[in-house]
Amino acid sequence: MSDAFAVAFVMGIGSIGPGLGIGLLVSKGLEAIGRNPEAASKIQTNMILGIAFAEAIAIYCLVVALILKFV
Amino acid sequence: MSTTGIHISLSAEPIAHLGDFAITNSMFTSLVVSLLLVAFALVVNRSLKKTEHPSGLQNFAEWLVESLFNLVYGVTGDLKKARLFFPIIATFFIFILLNNWLGLVPGVGTIMTPLSETVEKATQLESGAASPEKPASITQIEEAKLLETDIKAEETVLAKIKTGQPQELVPLFRAGTADLNTTLALGIISVISIQLYGYHFSKLGYFTKFFNFSSPMMFYVGLLELISEVSKVISFAFRLFGNIFAGEVLLVVISSLTGLIGPLPFYGLEIFVGFIQALVFAMLSLVLMNMASLGHEEH
Repeated sequence: MSDAFAVAFVMGIGSIGPGLGIGLLVSKGLEAIGRNPEAASKIQTNMILGIAFAEAIAIYCLVVALILKFV
Repeated sequence: MSTTGIHISLSAEPIAHLGDFAITNSMFTSLVVSLLLVAFALVVNRSLKKTEHPSGLQNFAEWLVESLFNLVYGVTGDLKKARLFFPIIATFFIFILLNNWLGLVPGVGTIMTPLSETVEKATQLESGAASPEKPASITQIEEAKLLETDIKAEETVLAKIKTGQPQELVPLFRAGTADLNTTLALGIISVISIQLYGYHFSKLGYFTKFFNFSSPMMFYVGLLELISEVSKVISFAFRLFGNIFAGEVLLVVISSLTGLIGPLPFYGLEIFVGFIQALVFAMLSLVLMNMASLGHEEH
Protein backbone atom coordinates (compact mmCIF):
# COMPACT_ATOMS: atom_id res chain seq x y z
CA MET A 1 0.00 0.00 0.00
CA SER A 2 2.74 2.46 0.97
CA ASP A 3 4.46 1.45 -2.29
CA ALA A 4 1.50 2.68 -4.29
CA PHE A 5 1.60 6.04 -2.49
CA ALA A 6 5.34 6.33 -3.07
CA VAL A 7 4.86 5.66 -6.78
CA ALA A 8 2.05 8.20 -7.01
CA PHE A 9 4.05 10.87 -5.17
CA VAL A 10 7.21 10.26 -7.20
CA MET A 11 5.31 10.73 -10.43
CA GLY A 12 3.14 13.57 -9.18
CA ILE A 13 5.88 15.72 -7.65
CA GLY A 14 8.45 14.69 -10.23
CA SER A 15 6.36 15.88 -13.16
CA ILE A 16 5.89 19.42 -11.86
CA GLY A 17 9.38 20.64 -12.75
CA PRO A 18 9.62 19.13 -16.23
CA GLY A 19 6.07 20.28 -16.98
CA LEU A 20 6.96 23.87 -16.13
CA GLY A 21 10.22 23.54 -18.01
CA ILE A 22 8.63 22.24 -21.19
CA GLY A 23 5.97 24.94 -21.00
CA LEU A 24 8.63 27.66 -20.71
CA LEU A 25 10.67 26.16 -23.54
CA VAL A 26 7.76 26.00 -25.95
CA SER A 27 6.49 29.46 -25.05
CA LYS A 28 9.91 31.01 -25.65
CA GLY A 29 10.39 28.94 -28.77
CA LEU A 30 7.10 30.06 -30.26
CA GLU A 31 7.89 33.66 -29.30
CA ALA A 32 11.19 33.37 -31.13
CA ILE A 33 9.52 31.86 -34.19
CA GLY A 34 6.99 34.69 -34.13
CA ARG A 35 9.78 37.26 -34.11
CA ASN A 36 11.87 35.54 -36.74
CA PRO A 37 9.83 33.10 -38.82
CA GLU A 38 12.75 32.37 -41.20
CA ALA A 39 14.64 30.65 -38.39
CA ALA A 40 11.65 28.46 -37.53
CA SER A 41 13.24 25.12 -38.48
CA LYS A 42 16.42 25.83 -36.52
CA ILE A 43 14.52 27.03 -33.48
CA GLN A 44 12.19 24.06 -33.66
CA THR A 45 15.05 21.54 -33.71
CA ASN A 46 16.73 23.13 -30.72
CA MET A 47 13.40 23.45 -28.93
CA ILE A 48 12.67 19.77 -29.38
CA LEU A 49 16.17 18.93 -28.13
CA GLY A 50 15.57 21.08 -25.07
CA ILE A 51 12.20 19.49 -24.51
CA ALA A 52 13.80 16.07 -24.65
CA PHE A 53 16.25 17.12 -21.92
CA ALA A 54 13.50 18.51 -19.72
CA GLU A 55 11.44 15.40 -20.35
CA ALA A 56 14.38 13.22 -19.34
CA ILE A 57 13.99 14.45 -15.77
CA ALA A 58 10.39 13.27 -15.74
CA ILE A 59 11.64 10.01 -17.19
CA TYR A 60 14.09 9.59 -14.29
CA CYS A 61 11.09 9.86 -11.96
CA LEU A 62 9.25 7.33 -14.11
CA VAL A 63 12.17 4.91 -13.86
CA VAL A 64 12.21 5.30 -10.08
CA ALA A 65 8.45 4.79 -9.99
CA LEU A 66 8.69 1.68 -12.18
CA ILE A 67 11.47 0.27 -10.00
CA LEU A 68 9.33 0.88 -6.90
CA LYS A 69 6.33 -0.73 -8.56
CA PHE A 70 7.83 -3.77 -10.22
CA VAL A 71 10.94 -4.74 -8.24
CA MET B 1 6.48 -8.44 -10.07
CA SER B 2 3.10 -7.38 -11.28
CA THR B 3 0.14 -9.42 -10.19
CA THR B 4 -2.35 -8.07 -12.71
CA GLY B 5 -1.49 -10.53 -15.44
CA ILE B 6 0.46 -7.99 -17.47
CA HIS B 7 3.97 -9.19 -18.20
CA ILE B 8 6.30 -6.31 -17.37
CA SER B 9 9.88 -6.94 -16.41
CA LEU B 10 12.32 -4.15 -15.62
CA SER B 11 15.30 -6.25 -16.66
CA ALA B 12 15.80 -8.33 -19.76
CA GLU B 13 15.22 -12.04 -19.24
CA PRO B 14 17.62 -14.76 -20.32
CA ILE B 15 16.38 -16.93 -23.18
CA ALA B 16 19.47 -19.10 -23.59
CA HIS B 17 22.77 -19.88 -21.94
CA LEU B 18 26.25 -20.26 -23.35
CA GLY B 19 27.91 -21.98 -20.42
CA ASP B 20 27.33 -19.55 -17.56
CA PHE B 21 26.84 -16.63 -19.91
CA ALA B 22 23.17 -15.67 -20.15
CA ILE B 23 21.88 -14.49 -23.51
CA THR B 24 18.97 -12.16 -22.85
CA ASN B 25 16.15 -11.33 -25.22
CA SER B 26 17.47 -7.77 -25.53
CA MET B 27 20.89 -9.02 -26.61
CA PHE B 28 19.21 -11.29 -29.13
CA THR B 29 17.20 -8.40 -30.57
CA SER B 30 20.25 -6.12 -30.73
CA LEU B 31 22.01 -8.91 -32.60
CA VAL B 32 19.12 -9.07 -35.06
CA VAL B 33 19.35 -5.29 -35.51
CA SER B 34 23.10 -5.50 -36.10
CA LEU B 35 22.65 -8.28 -38.65
CA LEU B 36 19.95 -6.26 -40.42
CA LEU B 37 22.26 -3.24 -40.61
CA VAL B 38 25.18 -5.32 -41.88
CA ALA B 39 22.96 -7.00 -44.46
CA PHE B 40 21.61 -3.62 -45.58
CA ALA B 41 25.12 -2.21 -45.91
CA LEU B 42 26.30 -5.23 -47.91
CA VAL B 43 23.30 -5.16 -50.26
CA VAL B 44 23.70 -1.42 -50.87
CA ASN B 45 27.44 -1.78 -51.37
CA ARG B 46 26.91 -4.45 -54.01
CA SER B 47 24.35 -2.49 -55.96
CA LEU B 48 26.27 0.79 -55.92
CA LYS B 49 26.41 2.41 -59.33
CA LYS B 50 28.21 5.52 -60.41
CA THR B 51 25.33 7.63 -61.62
CA GLU B 52 24.03 11.15 -61.42
CA HIS B 53 20.52 9.95 -60.67
CA PRO B 54 20.59 7.19 -58.05
CA SER B 55 17.34 5.34 -57.56
CA GLY B 56 15.80 2.85 -55.19
CA LEU B 57 17.98 1.50 -52.42
CA GLN B 58 21.02 3.51 -53.39
CA ASN B 59 18.98 6.68 -53.33
CA PHE B 60 17.73 5.91 -49.84
CA ALA B 61 21.19 5.06 -48.53
CA GLU B 62 22.69 8.20 -50.04
CA TRP B 63 19.90 10.33 -48.62
CA LEU B 64 20.42 8.79 -45.14
CA VAL B 65 24.18 9.26 -45.14
CA GLU B 66 24.01 12.73 -46.63
CA SER B 67 21.42 14.08 -44.25
CA LEU B 68 23.33 12.67 -41.27
CA PHE B 69 26.55 14.16 -42.58
CA ASN B 70 24.88 17.53 -43.03
CA LEU B 71 23.65 17.32 -39.45
CA VAL B 72 27.18 16.66 -38.19
CA TYR B 73 28.64 19.33 -40.45
CA GLY B 74 26.03 21.83 -39.28
CA VAL B 75 27.13 21.42 -35.66
CA THR B 76 30.89 21.24 -36.12
CA GLY B 77 31.14 23.71 -39.01
CA ASP B 78 34.44 22.12 -40.00
CA LEU B 79 34.76 19.50 -42.73
CA LYS B 80 37.71 17.71 -41.12
CA LYS B 81 35.98 17.40 -37.76
CA ALA B 82 32.72 16.40 -39.43
CA ARG B 83 34.52 13.55 -41.23
CA LEU B 84 36.05 12.45 -37.95
CA PHE B 85 32.84 12.53 -35.91
CA PHE B 86 30.47 11.35 -38.59
CA PRO B 87 30.98 7.55 -38.40
CA ILE B 88 30.38 7.15 -34.67
CA ILE B 89 27.50 9.66 -34.57
CA ALA B 90 25.76 8.05 -37.54
CA THR B 91 26.27 4.61 -36.00
CA PHE B 92 24.73 5.76 -32.72
CA PHE B 93 21.77 7.27 -34.52
CA ILE B 94 21.00 4.38 -36.88
CA PHE B 95 21.57 1.65 -34.30
CA ILE B 96 19.44 3.31 -31.62
CA LEU B 97 16.72 4.28 -34.08
CA LEU B 98 16.39 0.76 -35.45
CA ASN B 99 16.47 -0.71 -31.94
CA ASN B 100 13.74 1.67 -30.79
CA TRP B 101 11.55 0.97 -33.78
CA LEU B 102 12.07 -2.77 -33.71
CA GLY B 103 10.48 -2.78 -30.26
CA LEU B 104 7.24 -1.59 -31.89
CA VAL B 105 7.03 -4.34 -34.49
CA PRO B 106 4.12 -6.69 -33.74
CA GLY B 107 5.47 -9.93 -32.30
CA VAL B 108 8.18 -8.24 -30.26
CA GLY B 109 7.15 -8.82 -26.67
CA THR B 110 4.35 -11.21 -27.60
CA ILE B 111 6.18 -14.22 -29.00
CA MET B 112 7.05 -16.19 -25.89
CA THR B 113 9.80 -18.66 -25.13
CA PRO B 114 10.65 -20.60 -21.97
CA LEU B 115 12.83 -18.80 -19.45
CA SER B 116 16.32 -20.23 -19.51
CA GLU B 117 17.84 -21.16 -16.15
CA THR B 118 21.50 -21.83 -15.67
CA VAL B 119 22.35 -25.52 -15.75
CA GLU B 120 23.72 -25.36 -12.22
CA LYS B 121 20.58 -23.78 -10.84
CA ALA B 122 18.34 -26.35 -12.51
CA THR B 123 20.31 -29.30 -11.16
CA GLN B 124 20.41 -27.71 -7.74
CA LEU B 125 16.64 -27.38 -7.81
CA GLU B 126 16.23 -30.99 -8.79
CA SER B 127 18.44 -32.32 -6.02
CA GLY B 128 16.66 -30.01 -3.57
CA ALA B 129 19.84 -28.36 -2.38
CA ALA B 130 18.92 -24.85 -3.39
CA SER B 131 18.01 -23.50 0.03
CA PRO B 132 19.67 -20.11 0.30
CA GLU B 133 21.86 -19.25 3.24
CA LYS B 134 19.98 -17.60 6.03
CA PRO B 135 21.22 -14.85 8.31
CA ALA B 136 22.47 -16.15 11.64
CA SER B 137 20.29 -13.89 13.77
CA ILE B 138 17.04 -15.49 12.69
CA THR B 139 14.89 -17.22 15.31
CA GLN B 140 14.06 -20.89 15.17
CA ILE B 141 10.38 -20.47 14.39
CA GLU B 142 11.04 -18.12 11.55
CA GLU B 143 13.63 -20.51 10.23
CA ALA B 144 11.16 -23.36 10.28
CA LYS B 145 8.61 -21.22 8.47
CA LEU B 146 11.12 -20.21 5.84
CA LEU B 147 12.13 -23.82 5.39
CA GLU B 148 8.50 -24.78 4.92
CA THR B 149 7.89 -22.14 2.23
CA ASP B 150 11.18 -23.10 0.62
CA ILE B 151 10.13 -26.72 0.44
CA LYS B 152 6.74 -25.77 -0.94
CA ALA B 153 8.29 -23.59 -3.63
CA GLU B 154 10.72 -26.35 -4.54
CA GLU B 155 7.90 -28.87 -4.73
CA THR B 156 5.95 -26.74 -7.17
CA VAL B 157 9.06 -26.21 -9.27
CA LEU B 158 9.79 -29.95 -9.21
CA ALA B 159 6.20 -30.74 -10.15
CA LYS B 160 6.45 -28.38 -13.06
CA ILE B 161 9.70 -29.98 -14.21
CA LYS B 162 8.17 -33.45 -13.93
CA THR B 163 5.07 -32.58 -15.91
CA GLY B 164 7.24 -31.02 -18.57
CA GLN B 165 5.54 -27.69 -18.15
CA PRO B 166 7.89 -24.76 -18.68
CA GLN B 167 8.46 -22.77 -15.51
CA GLU B 168 7.93 -19.33 -16.91
CA LEU B 169 7.46 -17.82 -20.33
CA VAL B 170 9.40 -14.74 -21.37
CA PRO B 171 9.28 -12.72 -24.59
CA LEU B 172 11.68 -13.89 -27.29
CA PHE B 173 12.27 -10.33 -28.48
CA ARG B 174 12.66 -7.16 -26.46
CA ALA B 175 13.87 -3.87 -27.84
CA GLY B 176 17.62 -3.62 -27.22
CA THR B 177 17.34 -0.09 -25.88
CA ALA B 178 14.63 -1.19 -23.42
CA ASP B 179 17.42 -2.86 -21.44
CA LEU B 180 19.59 -0.73 -19.16
CA ASN B 181 22.68 -2.76 -20.06
CA THR B 182 22.52 -1.74 -23.71
CA THR B 183 21.96 1.94 -23.00
CA LEU B 184 24.67 1.96 -20.33
CA ALA B 185 27.10 0.42 -22.82
CA LEU B 186 26.18 3.06 -25.40
CA GLY B 187 26.60 5.83 -22.82
CA ILE B 188 30.02 4.55 -21.77
CA ILE B 189 31.14 4.28 -25.41
CA SER B 190 29.93 7.82 -26.04
CA VAL B 191 31.64 9.36 -23.00
CA ILE B 192 34.91 7.49 -23.60
CA SER B 193 34.98 8.60 -27.23
CA ILE B 194 34.36 12.18 -26.05
CA GLN B 195 37.50 11.91 -23.87
CA LEU B 196 39.46 10.36 -26.74
CA TYR B 197 38.50 13.13 -29.14
CA GLY B 198 39.36 15.70 -26.48
CA TYR B 199 42.80 14.09 -26.17
CA HIS B 200 43.12 13.89 -29.96
CA PHE B 201 42.61 17.62 -30.38
CA SER B 202 44.37 19.17 -27.39
CA LYS B 203 46.63 16.27 -26.33
CA LEU B 204 47.46 16.19 -22.61
CA GLY B 205 46.15 19.74 -22.29
CA TYR B 206 42.69 18.27 -22.37
CA PHE B 207 43.16 16.68 -18.98
CA THR B 208 43.98 19.98 -17.30
CA LYS B 209 40.21 20.37 -17.43
CA PHE B 210 40.04 17.69 -14.74
CA PHE B 211 43.34 18.00 -12.90
CA ASN B 212 44.24 21.62 -12.44
CA PHE B 213 46.52 22.54 -9.56
CA SER B 214 46.92 26.23 -10.40
CA SER B 215 44.59 27.26 -7.59
CA PRO B 216 42.38 25.54 -5.03
CA MET B 217 39.34 26.87 -6.83
CA MET B 218 40.39 25.36 -10.16
CA PHE B 219 41.17 22.07 -8.44
CA TYR B 220 37.65 21.99 -7.08
CA VAL B 221 36.18 22.88 -10.51
CA GLY B 222 38.20 20.04 -12.03
CA LEU B 223 36.74 17.68 -9.48
CA LEU B 224 33.26 18.80 -10.46
CA GLU B 225 34.11 18.28 -14.14
CA LEU B 226 35.24 14.74 -13.33
CA ILE B 227 31.94 14.03 -11.60
CA SER B 228 30.00 15.55 -14.47
CA GLU B 229 31.66 13.10 -16.90
CA VAL B 230 30.43 10.18 -14.80
CA SER B 231 26.97 11.69 -14.53
CA LYS B 232 26.91 12.03 -18.32
CA VAL B 233 27.07 8.26 -18.61
CA ILE B 234 24.20 7.88 -16.19
CA SER B 235 22.06 10.52 -17.86
CA PHE B 236 22.71 9.07 -21.33
CA ALA B 237 21.80 5.60 -20.12
CA PHE B 238 18.70 6.49 -18.13
CA ARG B 239 17.28 8.94 -20.65
CA LEU B 240 17.26 6.39 -23.44
CA PHE B 241 16.28 3.43 -21.29
CA GLY B 242 13.55 5.35 -19.48
CA ASN B 243 11.94 6.69 -22.63
CA ILE B 244 11.88 3.40 -24.50
CA PHE B 245 10.95 1.24 -21.53
CA ALA B 246 8.25 3.68 -20.45
CA GLY B 247 6.90 3.55 -23.99
CA GLU B 248 6.69 -0.22 -23.85
CA VAL B 249 4.95 -0.16 -20.50
CA LEU B 250 2.54 2.48 -21.82
CA LEU B 251 1.68 0.34 -24.84
CA VAL B 252 1.18 -2.78 -22.72
CA VAL B 253 -1.07 -0.96 -20.25
CA ILE B 254 -3.13 0.77 -22.96
CA SER B 255 -3.47 -2.50 -24.88
CA SER B 256 -4.74 -4.27 -21.78
CA LEU B 257 -7.19 -1.44 -21.08
CA THR B 258 -8.68 -0.87 -24.52
CA GLY B 259 -7.41 -3.39 -27.05
CA LEU B 260 -7.94 -3.21 -30.81
CA ILE B 261 -7.32 0.32 -32.11
CA GLY B 262 -6.92 1.92 -28.67
CA PRO B 263 -3.11 1.82 -28.67
CA LEU B 264 -2.85 3.13 -32.23
CA PRO B 265 -2.21 6.81 -31.39
CA PHE B 266 0.33 5.70 -28.82
CA TYR B 267 2.17 3.70 -31.47
CA GLY B 268 2.43 6.94 -33.42
CA LEU B 269 3.77 8.66 -30.30
CA GLU B 270 6.29 5.89 -29.72
CA ILE B 271 7.57 6.10 -33.30
CA PHE B 272 8.11 9.81 -32.71
CA VAL B 273 9.75 9.27 -29.31
CA GLY B 274 12.01 6.57 -30.75
CA PHE B 275 13.20 8.95 -33.43
CA ILE B 276 13.64 11.88 -31.05
CA GLN B 277 15.59 9.83 -28.52
CA ALA B 278 17.93 8.48 -31.20
CA LEU B 279 18.42 12.07 -32.41
CA VAL B 280 18.97 13.36 -28.89
CA PHE B 281 21.56 10.71 -28.11
CA ALA B 282 23.44 11.35 -31.34
CA MET B 283 23.18 15.14 -31.12
CA LEU B 284 24.25 15.29 -27.49
CA SER B 285 27.26 13.06 -28.16
CA LEU B 286 28.11 15.25 -31.14
CA VAL B 287 27.82 18.52 -29.23
CA LEU B 288 29.90 17.18 -26.34
CA MET B 289 32.54 15.83 -28.72
CA ASN B 290 32.64 19.18 -30.46
CA MET B 291 33.02 20.97 -27.13
CA ALA B 292 35.80 18.62 -26.07
CA SER B 293 37.59 19.19 -29.36
CA LEU B 294 37.51 22.99 -28.93
CA GLY B 295 39.65 22.91 -25.82
CA HIS B 296 38.68 24.75 -22.67
CA GLU B 297 40.28 28.14 -23.44
CA GLU B 298 38.43 28.79 -26.64
CA HIS B 299 34.82 28.65 -25.55
